[in-house]
Amino acid sequence: MASQNQLSSIKGAKVLMVGAGGIGCELLKTLALSGFQDIHIIDMDTIEVSNLNRQFLFRKSHVGQSKAKVARDAVLKFRPHISITPYHANVKDPEFNVDFFKQFNVVLNGLDNLDARRHVNRLCLAAEVPLVESGTTGFLGQVTVHVKGRTECYECQPKPAPKTYPVCTITSTPSKFVHCIVWAKDLLFTKLFGDKNQENDLNVRSTDATSSSEHVEDVFERRKDEDIEQYGRRIYDHVFGYNIEEALSNEETWKNRNRPKPIYSRDFLHDEIAQQNGNVDKDCAASDPSSVSAMASLGMKNPQDIWCLKENSRVFMEAFKLFFMKREKEIGNLTFDKDDQLAVEFVTAAANIRATSFGIPLHSLFEAKGIAGNIVHAVATTNAIIAGLIVIEAIKVLQNDTNNYRMTYCLEHPTRKMLLMPVEPFEANKSCYVCSESPLTLEINTHRAKLRDFVEKIVKAKLGMYFPLIMHGAALLYEVGDDLDEAMAANYAANLEKGLSELPSPVTSGTTVTVEDLKQELTCNINIKHREEFDEEKEPDGMLLSGWTQASSVEKDDNKPNGNGGSTSNASQAVPVEAEDNVEMDVPSGKKRRLSEISGHDLSSFTDETKNHEKLEVVDDDDDLVMLDGDPGLNKRKRMQ
Amino acid sequence: MKSKQQGHARLETMTRNTKQNKQDPGMDGEELTEQETALYDRQIRVWGADAQRRLSKSHILVCGMKGTVAEFCKNIVLAGVGSLTLVDDRVVTDEALFSSNFLIPPDENVYRGKTLAELCCDSLKDFNPMVRVSVEKGDVSGFDGEFFNKYDVVVVSCCSLATKKSVNEKCRKLSKHIAFYTVDCRDSSGEIFVDLRDHIYSKKKLEETVECKLQYPSFEEAISVPWTALPRRVSKLYFAMRVIEKFEAEGRHPGNISIADLPGVLKLKKELCEANSLNESHIPDALLERLVTGTREFPPVCAVIGGILGQEVIKAISGKGDPLKNFFFFDAVDGKGIIEDISISNPNK
Repeated sequence: MASQNQLSSIKGAKVLMVGAGGIGCELLKTLALSGFQDIHIIDMDTIEVSNLNRQFLFRKSHVGQSKAKVARDAVLKFRPHISITPYHANVKDPEFNVDFFKQFNVVLNGLDNLDARRHVNRLCLAAEVPLVESGTTGFLGQVTVHVKGRTECYECQPKPAPKTYPVCTITSTPSKFVHCIVWAKDLLFTKLFGDKNQENDLNVRSTDATSSSEHVEDVFERRKDEDIEQYGRRIYDHVFGYNIEEALSNEETWKNRNRPKPIYSRDFLHDEIAQQNGNVDKDCAASDPSSVSAMASLGMKNPQDIWCLKENSRVFMEAFKLFFMKREKEIGNLTFDKDDQLAVEFVTAAANIRATSFGIPLHSLFEAKGIAGNIVHAVATTNAIIAGLIVIEAIKVLQNDTNNYRMTYCLEHPTRKMLLMPVEPFEANKSCYVCSESPLTLEINTHRAKLRDFVEKIVKAKLGMYFPLIMHGAALLYEVGDDLDEAMAANYAANLEKGLSELPSPVTSGTTVTVEDLKQELTCNINIKHREEFDEEKEPDGMLLSGWTQASSVEKDDNKPNGNGGSTSNASQAVPVEAEDNVEMDVPSGKKRRLSEISGHDLSSFTDETKNHEKLEVVDDDDDLVMLDGDPGLNKRKRMQ
Repeated sequence: MKSKQQGHARLETMTRNTKQNKQDPGMDGEELTEQETALYDRQIRVWGADAQRRLSKSHILVCGMKGTVAEFCKNIVLAGVGSLTLVDDRVVTDEALFSSNFLIPPDENVYRGKTLAELCCDSLKDFNPMVRVSVEKGDVSGFDGEFFNKYDVVVVSCCSLATKKSVNEKCRKLSKHIAFYTVDCRDSSGEIFVDLRDHIYSKKKLEETVECKLQYPSFEEAISVPWTALPRRVSKLYFAMRVIEKFEAEGRHPGNISIADLPGVLKLKKELCEANSLNESHIPDALLERLVTGTREFPPVCAVIGGILGQEVIKAISGKGDPLKNFFFFDAVDGKGIIEDISISNPNK
């Protein structure tokens, strides 16, 4: 049991937990059992059925309620005399400012997304409060300690961008099932049911036809008086038949690839089937739109079944019709949601039909849902282990036991006999723009790029700032706030639409722009370098930020399918990913870290990180784990003095 | 907000459907119900529907309801095993007995007169209505082979050396393969022992699934391996745990040890080291002192050990993935979680 010293530092501590989900439930329990008496907990989420297999403080009757509040009540049942303060709120809300953070002795993260993690990291740095960070995926997990002035901050190593795919792979040459899913979800689904004004690369037309006036009609629009069945078949034939034929006509593409085969509805959908499916109206007439299901109306039950082409075609048509018959009001505003049964059915069927065309193995609805929704594998045991390790580190932090801080990896396969592997924390990265406030460099076309592009693509997307203030010398170019007067707001709005070099204080090559987020107390200087041209596939932003990472666009060929509406990057931001991402190892030779094996899981996003990491050596063979040669303690001084 | 309400509505429809399925005997047991698929969604993505089906048909017995076992029970009830049976007749007298056990409400009006097993059972039932949780009265050392035959997994904790050996032997004599585990936490460290006899399982290697087989020694065989025959650099905890286990075997209840016993423990260590030709520095006095003094479990360590044990039991039942062979140690002091293979003819020697 803990020593007297430990006990008194535990009892006197005021701790903030961010996240009351998989890790959070376990953490709150273990903190309470360990003797912590003043715990604050922030979580914006409400409880869902799929949480119940691991978030053991929640019951079915709690579905829909605040995680933070229910977790508190559940823990007070076995530890009634401690103080737990729940906040059903977003940690990014302004009330959780630096002063709020300053009241805590340590902050413990059990978060599920990069954005919130970066935000908490910055507030902890500003408030000078130690942070214990954590994450799990399946059987893998990790705990890291971030103490200003002692160890690296959470952002010292660049984090992987969400996995994205080149546009042409998605639109023309899919080779994996995930490509078909992205196509079905981000292109087809969005085109049919989402925001029609978004640019979309779906409509593959031969370029020579664009001049002819009859092609001005959008094939995806329902024609006047067109029967739904007819409309659905027309879409089916267009995207699975005609578009494939068109693609085939480009011989160059198929020189080294298998040629896809066009699929038409007449081959699979007979009129009698359409008749059978007429039960749509009777079945779901009274129920609310969210319970509409093509599987249900077709009498299909098992989400683990892999449907044949005919079944996929039936589900496609049925789901298509149901959207227009039962959920017509939502059409035009729908975005894909993994909890939307009908959307998942439609996307699964469409992806499978496309996969058939391209000779890619088909998948069940269950699997397709996981891929489409970026659902992260999660089990109770890993979360419990990680929570235990968080508390162990938190106690060291409270005792200022600096020399014994560890980052710990929870592995699936033992390394040097270890399933739980402690590693010395790393020193801060001296060129980290977050904790060392080193300047960054931005290559950008200062004539063509507007201030808006800079704000959206760099300040928000790359730097993760939400309340930015942008200065050029003494001139204030832009700021966000509630207290702006009208004239200022109008001025900033006008600036947004101007090219950088046309701003009142022109931003040109060689100048420095200062970006600040007052809520995060973070300031960042960006040196501007003009560049005329950018590679559309490799640098879709039309700009390139570098500095604390080597050229951040080393995202290789995995670039964002820019402008195709929704796109994977947006989707994965919207969907909670309960994963941490970087399971790294360090090597005695000192400067290299390698990526460990993460067997059975998609490593794609992790390897992206390795590519960005100057210290990293990329290991393609994921069967290999680099080990420390001697006692890890020997390397200690190298990493932290 | 909208999607939450949708989720709610769907939950109700799902429950209705499941009830219909349950009435149809053909469906039951063969395929996962819609309710199961929804509840276990995230973990089925880890270990697959087949493993989930095997879990739901498995029966687990645990003896000794302290914090580590409580953690383990929570984990496997959440995972969705078929049934869990608890054995611990100790009547709760004061809170010290369950300071690290979150399954017991610290309200005398609730716990008075009830056994640890009964109290834990009440809480665990709530965690997952699809798992049958029950209590078996009696002392684990008194149960016979026929009793253990009802289970697929047997976990014993806070029991004597003799009990560990005898329960393990009873399980091994049965034709049915029972996975046997012992687990104990002392202070900020813990130990798991595993006996899966001859265990056949599958694992993924590159893209292929391969069949593997592991041969396990019994607990008695394992701890009888001469210390000189052990691989170099075996965890110091292994030796320390054996010393304390042996000390307690000489006429006291497991865990009933205090600082006053330290001289006796150190003396026993010296004897054992001499008898085994082991340098005494392999079992630091400070480590023994810590284990002897800290008889209470340290809750973060319970979470870690209970988590690892949960994963191992899931691996054993599902026959998927490399199970650990055959000891696991965790110490919060150095943070390492180490697997040791202590077998008769250890090839690593």
